[in-house]
Amino acid sequence: MISFSAVSKVYPDGTTAVHDLSLEIPAGRITVFVGPSGCGKTTSLRMINRMIEPTSGVITIDGTDTRQIDAPQLRRGIGYVIQNAGLFPHRTVADNIATVPVLQGVTRREARRRATELLERVGLPTSMARRYPAQLSGGQQQRVGVARALAADPPVMLMDEPFSAVDPVVREQLQTEFLRLQEELGKTIVFVTHDIDEAVRLGDRIAVFATGGHLAQYAVPADVLRRPADDFVAGFVGRDRGYRALSFAGATGLPVQREPTVRMGAAAPQGPGGGEHRWALVVDDDGRPRGWLDRDALSPGDPIGLQHLRLGGSLAAPGYSLRTALDAALSSPSGRGVAVDDAGVAIGTITLADVVAAIEATDRTALADPAGDDAGAWSPPVLAKGAERTVPAGDRGVPR
Amino acid sequence: MNWDWLGRNSDRIVDLFVQHAWLAAAATLVGLVVALPLGAVAFRYRWTYPPLTTLAGLLYTIPSLALFVVLPGILGTRILDPVNVVIALTVYTVALLVRVVADALASVPEAVRQSATAMGYRPVRSLVTVQFPLAVPVIGAGLRVAAVSNVSLVSVAALLGVEQLGSLFTEGFQLNFFTPIAAGILLSLLLAVLFDVVIVLATRLSTPWARAVPSR
Repeated sequence: MISFSAVSKVYPDGTTAVHDLSLEIPAGRITVFVGPSGCGKTTSLRMINRMIEPTSGVITIDGTDTRQIDAPQLRRGIGYVIQNAGLFPHRTVADNIATVPVLQGVTRREARRRATELLERVGLPTSMARRYPAQLSGGQQQRVGVARALAADPPVMLMDEPFSAVDPVVREQLQTEFLRLQEELGKTIVFVTHDIDEAVRLGDRIAVFATGGHLAQYAVPADVLRRPADDFVAGFVGRDRGYRALSFAGATGLPVQREPTVRMGAAAPQGPGGGEHRWALVVDDDGRPRGWLDRDALSPGDPIGLQHLRLGGSLAAPGYSLRTALDAALSSPSGRGVAVDDAGVAIGTITLADVVAAIEATDRTALADPAGDDAGAWSPPVLAKGAERTVPAGDRGVPR
Repeated sequence: MNWDWLGRNSDRIVDLFVQHAWLAAAATLVGLVVALPLGAVAFRYRWTYPPLTTLAGLLYTIPSLALFVVLPGILGTRILDPVNVVIALTVYTVALLVRVVADALASVPEAVRQSATAMGYRPVRSLVTVQFPLAVPVIGAGLRVAAVSNVSLVSVAALLGVEQLGSLFTEGFQLNFFTPIAAGILLSLLLAVLFDVVIVLATRLSTPWARAVPSR
């Protein structure tokens, strides 16, 4: 457990980066520091491994005051992932990953061997071990950055906007794998981001920082969305928060309709088109959805090619929330969202009408507290509710 | 060109060439070794950058002949001692390279420096194993200028009687005889090119990462 007590950082020019921060970061969980730029979230992160020294206050890790530990030694025991990976350009991928073990006195040979194992762990081929960082894509570099942070198997990891410099598709992949990895490893992770969506998706707990280095709210994600502590948090989580809060509503019991499918390359189906029959779901040889075919645009009997398909659209994977179901339905030209199984095989569709009915049937006082709306009429005290509560990682209803 | 004279004096010319190469190389290497920590200080403690680089600039304006003459008095060496020449040229090399090293270190991305600290590197180890290797391309470029400049400056020492290729110039002028002058110029050029090639090769060999291109 990492604990901040009354920690402040004031620079010589009088700027307050962090103001009187007290919070406890639970072991084995992901705690996200989120807020606009200049709110002190990165400064707070860097005070944990003493890259920045606090002006006042105490930070302890498992009860030990970090000032009692030699700073370089302390840092070797804490994994660190920086924005843009921050890899050493002059070292191969394997040597980058081997950095901390080598600093700790492990032989280079042994450290490289472990580095190769870690490459697999973060989803990269071991053939990349001998490449230089410049030969990798941004997403691959970021994975190597994570592998490097994991190399000495530190109990604590600090991650400073690790996924913000990659494109949205890669970011989502990295987030998914990051959650999978964390389920296996159970590290104590402090994660900094300015993206509330990322915070909600990854965090077991979220600390919302406000301008001036104040902690505005510290709670589980659902509470931050449903009951923002003040106007600042309400403004920061934004207008979509009713929609985001659907992330925490499970969609069990939502009917999945049977959906006829056609294979890629097969002949366009005969029979009446138009209306609900206008769109046909096209799957590949393994039954995974490829896209929707507009039957009005193709004569019956013609082979279906990629160029005939309306691509994209989100899928509802097992364990999906109402948010995912709603998005799947809305992003499908047919208005029917595609549900898939664990292997990605289409199992049927969810209709928009059913999703809306399910949303209406949910207890919306729990989804979006009426008193916590944009009027901001009622503000619970900071660290109210949720402060003592932790939600098990698997029970958040967030698709993984 | 008097080929006869060249043939008769070839042994001596080779000796002069070797002596010239040794003097210039020693000054370049010692200068680099001294400039690395000074440049690191100028980079690490920003307030030392202006005085250090200004001082270096001033040193460079001292006429080389004056330095050759004054140094024995300061160091207590004999006036003909080649060490005087090496030290004088080292001063010039340091003067050139302090700024180069400081700027080369500044060219290392801040994120890399930060991540070295975050991984648990101590300052000196970070400097030696992370920052200097990454600064090699910029330092190498500065070193080429220093080395070539040293090759040309060494010849001035001929006026003091320190034997090297410059001796061919003084002799040629005294005898009003063109051949040794031409030989001296050509061999100096050859030496300068040789130094340049060695430095470029060494830079390339120590920076295989700089040529790594995206392979996809």
